[in-house]
Amino acid sequence: MNTPQVLPRVIARPLRPRIPPISSTLFKHLVLILVGTIVAYPFYFMVSTSLKEFFEATATPPTLFPTSLHFENYVEAWTRQPWGRFFANTFFIAGASVAGEIVTAVLAAYAFAQMNFRGKNVLFALFLATYMMPAEATLIPNFVMMSKAPPGVNPFFPIPRLNLYDTYGAQILPFLASAFSVFLLRQQFLAIPRELRDAAVIDGAGHLRFLWSVVLPISIPALVTVAILSFYASWNSFQWPFIVTSSEAVRPVQVGLNAFRAEAGSQYHLLMAAASFVVAPIILLYLVGQRFLVQGVARTGIRG
Amino acid sequence: MNERAAARRRRGLIENAQAYLFLVPAIAFLGLFKILPALYAVYISLFRWDIVQGAFRGLDNYFDILWQNSTRSQAWWQSLSTTVTYALITVPFEIAIALVVAYVLFQKLRGRDIYRTIYYVPYVTSTVAAATVFSYVFHPQYGIVNTLLGSIGITGLRWFQEPDGVFQMIGSALGVAVPEWAAGPSLALVGVAIFSIWHFLGFQILIFLGGLGNIPLEYYEAAKLDGANQWQLFRRITLPLLSPQIFFVFTIATIGVLRAFNEIFILTNGGPLDTTRTVTLLIFKTFFQQGQIGLGSAMGVLLTLVILAFTLFQFRILGRRVEYG
Repeated sequence: MNTPQVLPRVIARPLRPRIPPISSTLFKHLVLILVGTIVAYPFYFMVSTSLKEFFEATATPPTLFPTSLHFENYVEAWTRQPWGRFFANTFFIAGASVAGEIVTAVLAAYAFAQMNFRGKNVLFALFLATYMMPAEATLIPNFVMMSKAPPGVNPFFPIPRLNLYDTYGAQILPFLASAFSVFLLRQQFLAIPRELRDAAVIDGAGHLRFLWSVVLPISIPALVTVAILSFYASWNSFQWPFIVTSSEAVRPVQVGLNAFRAEAGSQYHLLMAAASFVVAPIILLYLVGQRFLVQGVARTGIRG
Repeated sequence: MNERAAARRRRGLIENAQAYLFLVPAIAFLGLFKILPALYAVYISLFRWDIVQGAFRGLDNYFDILWQNSTRSQAWWQSLSTTVTYALITVPFEIAIALVVAYVLFQKLRGRDIYRTIYYVPYVTSTVAAATVFSYVFHPQYGIVNTLLGSIGITGLRWFQEPDGVFQMIGSALGVAVPEWAAGPSLALVGVAIFSIWHFLGFQILIFLGGLGNIPLEYYEAAKLDGANQWQLFRRITLPLLSPQIFFVFTIATIGVLRAFNEIFILTNGGPLDTTRTVTLLIFKTFFQQGQIGLGSAMGVLLTLVILAFTLFQFRILGRRVEYG
């Protein structure tokens, strides 16, 4: 209570959490607002155009605000393609991929972090190698694997033919395990104090029990990060589903949007309405889960 | 004593078996869809493989791509040069812009979190949707970009349909004849680069902000006591201490450029006149549209080697960054 009032001020100055300021606050805000405008403008343009009517959307020069609001554009865009189907497909594919990836990653990460076994280093190196292997390396062989064996070709050797072209399976199975998620979770599981494991052993708990009742509950933030990153990857993926699907029955939203691009032609008001509802769920998820996403990206440096 | 040793060994065996059980699901899927396919890619590349597997060709696919003076190898080298150009006009700007924005954003400012939230949005938006919007923003007639440029007297840019080099265009606007070798990247490729910079800005800012947070503030205080000015602080403290992040962004952005497909497919589909046909686009067209799976696979292997070289380089310099993840 009686501490001299000067002391905190002296301490507070060097600890001020900032690097030296550029000349004026106003200038900084100007820079940030300018960049922010450039960054955000396409989104504004997308939404404002989606509410214009056809002739206004293709007017030169473009209007900044819609002269009248045409929410019916969304209805029309929605009915032009089976969007409900596409969204259901994407949610199913993303959901299944995320769930599968979490299960395989949790188990493998736990083994690497908390168990001792022969060949641990070799297997870890193998995971590291898979992590470095870019998707481009496996694009063509995976495509060949997913297709049906032509007549007279052995469907098991040398290349197994899974005959999954144009199915959900082709869009889910390759994403049920990710070396990246294993690394991320392993790091989390390594940080679990040894005492917790010892206590669990004394209580007679095996690995599975310890994993389920102790490790997972305290690792929920890391699990959410993995789930969100994996959901993003699945939701936004385009090239692979574009290559391995052809029918609308299994088509995801990104491929649907690409198809609609061709169909809509110069009906930009409808195209922008479709783009709006394709990005809306993911931006919503970003705003809700921003903390986890930003942490995940900052910690792992994944660039998508 | 013996009994205890036996018990310990039994426990060890059980632990081993359990660990393998835990690893089986991940290894099964990674093996089937990552490890084996990587080997298959090499296998396929050794055959004439047009839709169905044909004759064994040894390394002839590679010779066709790299050395034979054919349209095939011309396409390959042209695509590689397009990819390098694309990297040169994207990566330095990505780093520079993100560095400046991160530096400003790191300081204590009102509304800092709002700026950050906005800056990250393009990064989380799907490439297909974002590129669809971009092709409209840059539309020669209806787009806002040409409207703005028109107000300062620049008119009629065709952006994603423009195969002419930008230096050539500037030259002809000024009445200077620019030789063909100095024509520069096509305006379409510049448009693609602008999209990439916009799309990944948030990611690079995020990485730089993390790096800035790691620089001890005492360094700045000490330098200020010695009378250093703003520029010196940035140049002598911030830049050197941020070099791991700059290097990381440099390699990952380069790899990102090498792997870029979706944005180019949507914005230009490799055109106009193949001026934006990067290696990924060439591979896609070779194997998917022309059905030349063997040749495409050989190109894929070559691209993979380049990407792996960058990845290993990055790991070596940064000391296995995955350890952090």
